[in-house]
Amino acid sequence: MDVRRPLALPLLVPALVAALFLAAPLVGLALRAPWSTVLERATSDPLLAALRLSLVTSTWSAALAFVLGVPLAAWLASGRSPARTLVRILVTLPLVLPPVVAGVALLLAFGRAGLLGGSIELLFGAALPFTTLGVVVAQTYVALPFLVLAAETGLRGVDRNVQDAARTLGAGPWRVFRTVTLPLARPALGAGLLVAWARALGEFGATITFAGSLEGTTRTLPLAVYAALEREPDAAIALSLVLVAVSALVLFLLRRRWFPGSTGQDAAPEGGAR
Amino acid sequence: MLSGSLLRLACFALVAATASCGRNDARTIVFAASSLTEAFEELAREFESSAAGGRIELHFAGTPTLVLQLREGAPGAVLASADAAQMQRAAALGLLGGDAEVFGRNRLVIAVAGGNPEGVEGPDDLARPGLRVALCGPDVPAGSYAREALTRAGVEPAPVSDEPSVRSLVGKIALGELDAGIVYRTDVAAHAGRVEAIEFEAADRVRPAYTIAPLTARAEGPATAGASGARTPDRTGALFVDFVLSSEGREILERHGFEAP
Repeated sequence: MDVRRPLALPLLVPALVAALFLAAPLVGLALRAPWSTVLERATSDPLLAALRLSLVTSTWSAALAFVLGVPLAAWLASGRSPARTLVRILVTLPLVLPPVVAGVALLLAFGRAGLLGGSIELLFGAALPFTTLGVVVAQTYVALPFLVLAAETGLRGVDRNVQDAARTLGAGPWRVFRTVTLPLARPALGAGLLVAWARALGEFGATITFAGSLEGTTRTLPLAVYAALEREPDAAIALSLVLVAVSALVLFLLRRRWFPGSTGQDAAPEGGAR
Repeated sequence: MLSGSLLRLACFALVAATASCGRNDARTIVFAASSLTEAFEELAREFESSAAGGRIELHFAGTPTLVLQLREGAPGAVLASADAAQMQRAAALGLLGGDAEVFGRNRLVIAVAGGNPEGVEGPDDLARPGLRVALCGPDVPAGSYAREALTRAGVEPAPVSDEPSVRSLVGKIALGELDAGIVYRTDVAAHAGRVEAIEFEAADRVRPAYTIAPLTARAEGPATAGASGARTPDRTGALFVDFVLSSEGREILERHGFEAP
């Protein structure tokens, strides 16, 4: 059932401007794209290597952000305290930190000569910078805040009474979280996971600073675009289109699952975040 | 579904971005290769206080990036390039408002951490296993010069990264993340103490030249820039080019480690 509600005029105009503002750069890319050679460039070895590396590392980064981020979000959502406020600021800071600065900060912490560099080298047998694992670390750092903030909102939105009911029926905190809280917060967690993945996929500054740029090892798609921009801008545009197409495809395929509100009422599970 | 704080952040970013859009057409902007940063900052200061001088704004980036920005219509009055090929590209795009002239040369060196803890003595050591070596990418002038010099020296190292600029390369050596790399001598000066330069013989045969040229009054993007030929260059820009080429300008450049053309 399609319920239409007219949008107030003061909302309609800025909404239209926003949509056009977001669309214009994509249209610009599409108009300047060397369409006759896009396919050829999109299947070249360096591009496929970059694409594969990007998909693998951003998936690992999103997974890592999920495994670490959801528990942190659960703690943040579980009450109010000055400690939580401090941690929330800490979580939000990577969002405002310029990615290049984030990359330098990562070097100072996890680099070979960094704060924890020695322990990491003992643990993994090698330093993180200039390795594929380093790419995952840089991407996780910038993606984690997106996941934590989305997950916290979702977890806070879960009805307290339902959780209390489960508890009075004898379920322990871990069981309540696993069987009641988590399923009810699924749409928010899914959205957070998707945004974290997309942020990791597009990550540039922290990656090139922390992990460097070497084909097949650390040169993800955004880094390949930047390298190509120096030599042949047309190739960079073609690569960018591949990046946009891949992300758009994934967002489209997952639309029902992660953005239930956008495709009609039928797909929306009960109890999502408000 | 995203939290309110995230949305608020996005709003801040948008406001900040639009606030800085104000554009002043009277500006004279010098587009210069990033390896020229300290030297050109001093050149601009001296030029502004000289009798002929007007106000100069400096914009630094890798030379290919500068040419790309100019091609897309960025308002530059002067281009100072670290790379002859990129200057030729700018000329072919119709961006230049006068001839390009060589105003200085640089010299490649092997950069290592202060005190040279790995005992690097020459290009041969760069191929040593276990040594973390990086070069600039082959599309960056410093990267193509470095590869040329290494070929002449008969060395084939396996770099762990193709760095996007000499500045990021030398910065990572200063941080201790890289053991060695090939950069310009002038870049080492900016990290005195933390980075050391090792001269090598093959560098004598690769001598990076810096060229400077005034640009057309306003590059209007790719469509018109190619067709309309040379237009009147910015007057302040032309005076600045003369100043860089003057004996006073050369003296400043030499003080920053550049050699006479």
